[in-house]
Amino acid sequence: MSSATKTETVTPPPAPISLIPQGGFGGVLRQNLSDGGIVTWRNLMNVRRNPELLLGATIQPIMFVLLFAYVFGGSFGGEAYREFLMGGIFAQTVAFNSAFTTIGMASDLQKGVIDRFRSLPMSRMAVLLGRTVADMAVNALGLLVMALCGLIVGWRIRGSFLDAVLGFAVLLLFGFAMSWIGALVGMLAGKVEVAQSAGFIWMFPVTFISSAFVVQTTLPGPLRTFAEWNPVTAVADSARNLFGNPALAGFERPSGWQADNATLYALMCCAAIFVIFVPLAVAKYRKVASK
Amino acid sequence: MGSPQREIAVRAENLVKTFGATHALNGVDLEIPTGQVLGLLGPNGAGKTTTVRILTTLLKPDSGRAFVAGHDALADPDAVRRSIGLSGQYAAVDENLTGFENLYMVARLYGMNRATSQARARELLSRFNLTEDGDRPSKGYSGGMRRRLDLAGALVARPTVVVLDEPTTGLDPRGRLDTWQVISELVADGTTVLLTTQYLEEADQLADTIVVIDKGKVIARGSADELKNEVGGERLELIVNDAADLEVTARVLAEIGSGSPSTDSHTRKADVLVDAGPKALIEALRRLDGHNVTVTDVALHRPTLDDVFLSLTGHHAEAEAEPEPKAKGRRGKKTEAAA
Ligand SMILES: Nc1ncnc2c1ncn2[C@@H]1O[C@H](COP(=O)(O)OP(=O)(O)OP(=O)(O)O)[C@@H](O)[C@H]1O
Ligand SMILES: [Mg+2]
Repeated sequence: MSSATKTETVTPPPAPISLIPQGGFGGVLRQNLSDGGIVTWRNLMNVRRNPELLLGATIQPIMFVLLFAYVFGGSFGGEAYREFLMGGIFAQTVAFNSAFTTIGMASDLQKGVIDRFRSLPMSRMAVLLGRTVADMAVNALGLLVMALCGLIVGWRIRGSFLDAVLGFAVLLLFGFAMSWIGALVGMLAGKVEVAQSAGFIWMFPVTFISSAFVVQTTLPGPLRTFAEWNPVTAVADSARNLFGNPALAGFERPSGWQADNATLYALMCCAAIFVIFVPLAVAKYRKVASK
Repeated sequence: MGSPQREIAVRAENLVKTFGATHALNGVDLEIPTGQVLGLLGPNGAGKTTTVRILTTLLKPDSGRAFVAGHDALADPDAVRRSIGLSGQYAAVDENLTGFENLYMVARLYGMNRATSQARARELLSRFNLTEDGDRPSKGYSGGMRRRLDLAGALVARPTVVVLDEPTTGLDPRGRLDTWQVISELVADGTTVLLTTQYLEEADQLADTIVVIDKGKVIARGSADELKNEVGGERLELIVNDAADLEVTARVLAEIGSGSPSTDSHTRKADVLVDAGPKALIEALRRLDGHNVTVTDVALHRPTLDDVFLSLTGHHAEAEAEPEPKAKGRRGKKTEAAA
């Protein structure tokens, strides 16, 4: 019943081979960024090896642009609607892409990749950061494709260059923020099959009850209030303002502080999402168990 | 195994973990002296993976303490992570990355610089016979190759403690031998190894100490020899000329042996645990002769670890092994004869 004689000596820590010692706030920050960069690289390699992953991020928005522009556009005001539409489709697409984060997290979890990461002396933020940053790159590509498509159907940037840059920056920032929610949902889902529906389902009310495709003032009662305060509305309206796309004529103008300050409100929404969901996602990551 | 003054590289004290109503661990203690191999043996659901996950900082126990390489796994998990290499039960390779990229990424995440990481990845690929396939996506790898890649991932930082959860499950015999070879080399380098397995033969081959767990409790521990001595006696094994005689043979062996005999009609083999080997052997042959049973071969063996397991738990260790084809048990065709 006995193995070798027990002693109370505990082995001193071994000298690890060429591991960069980390210390202090600077060290932690550097490690977050460097580990996050490596995980981003890994995720982008995944996209490169599976270009079909990009179909959802490119073909789908193109379809939305064409469908809404020509199927709905006809009854909603033709050219003017197409101009109005683009800001909404941009906002909807970057929000929808958080579902890729959801699926990606769930897939890593299911395959045990997260276990491997968690057994390494790497930063706790890195896996989440690497995932959300890689998905932001996918978002940037999606925006580019959509913008080209928009130009073809008659959409134009009528504002200044700087405003346009700011417009795309707000869209990317919003997509990045939504990715953190997506990452949390992915870890809660745990399985790819669950993530595939969980990642999208909540997107439909969030993106459709907004000013993405209609003027929010046309919505009935509570839906109107929801739409007026919906971050998707703020991001869509902010994009329209910054790209210089006029509001649809013939509808009641949206009013209220958030409507008058769409860009500022959009930025505040992003900040609020970060403040709430980054800590939640990190906490969940720390104790998430695969399977 | 030798010296009495040994440093302890891994220690688990009274680990308890429940998942809802499931008591995965019910107070598991274990200790691995530096440079030794501990084989954690148990059937499906025994708590092997749960123990491994706690020791590798992936899971927090409800109570109990865990120390690895001189660090408290609960208080200072990062220090533990720097000293260990883990190869989990299911190969955690990124299938869209090549073998090289998988190892390179792990090396980078251990904090090695680019050049060191590349060199280390190439070195490990060649050590695990993956050089030729190192630059194609691991999606196309066989199960055995993925296992090897995962194992290589555990060794990237030359950890002082290596934890392997069922490293040979799903490997072909050649792959199993290769893995055993790697583990022997690790030990030769002074690495401490915690290894879980459902294969008694594997624990017998590799482990200095075996800890047998069942239902979250340690039910036995010691060297393979100590465990076998504990069962005592020997296994009497004989082969009869005619499979039709197996039934009467089983009856005779049941009278003589200390356990229930088992028979295998395919190999015409019958065996049973006996207390006094030679005497029992002579007695068995005498009685079988009286029944006109022709015995073509007879042998006395020291008990196997499977015997140990059977006597401790009342069931064979591998009988419950996953029904997948890869877990084809050696005892697949054997049937338990009623005593
Ligand atoms: N995350 C979890 N949630 C719920 N139950 C769990 C979880 N992990 C393990 N269990 C349960 O705890 C018990 C021990 O599981 P564990 O995975 O440690 O067994 P094991 O010895 O590794 O088995 P196997 O040989 O099948 O790998 C089992 O009953 C299992 O169902
Ligand atoms: Mg297990």
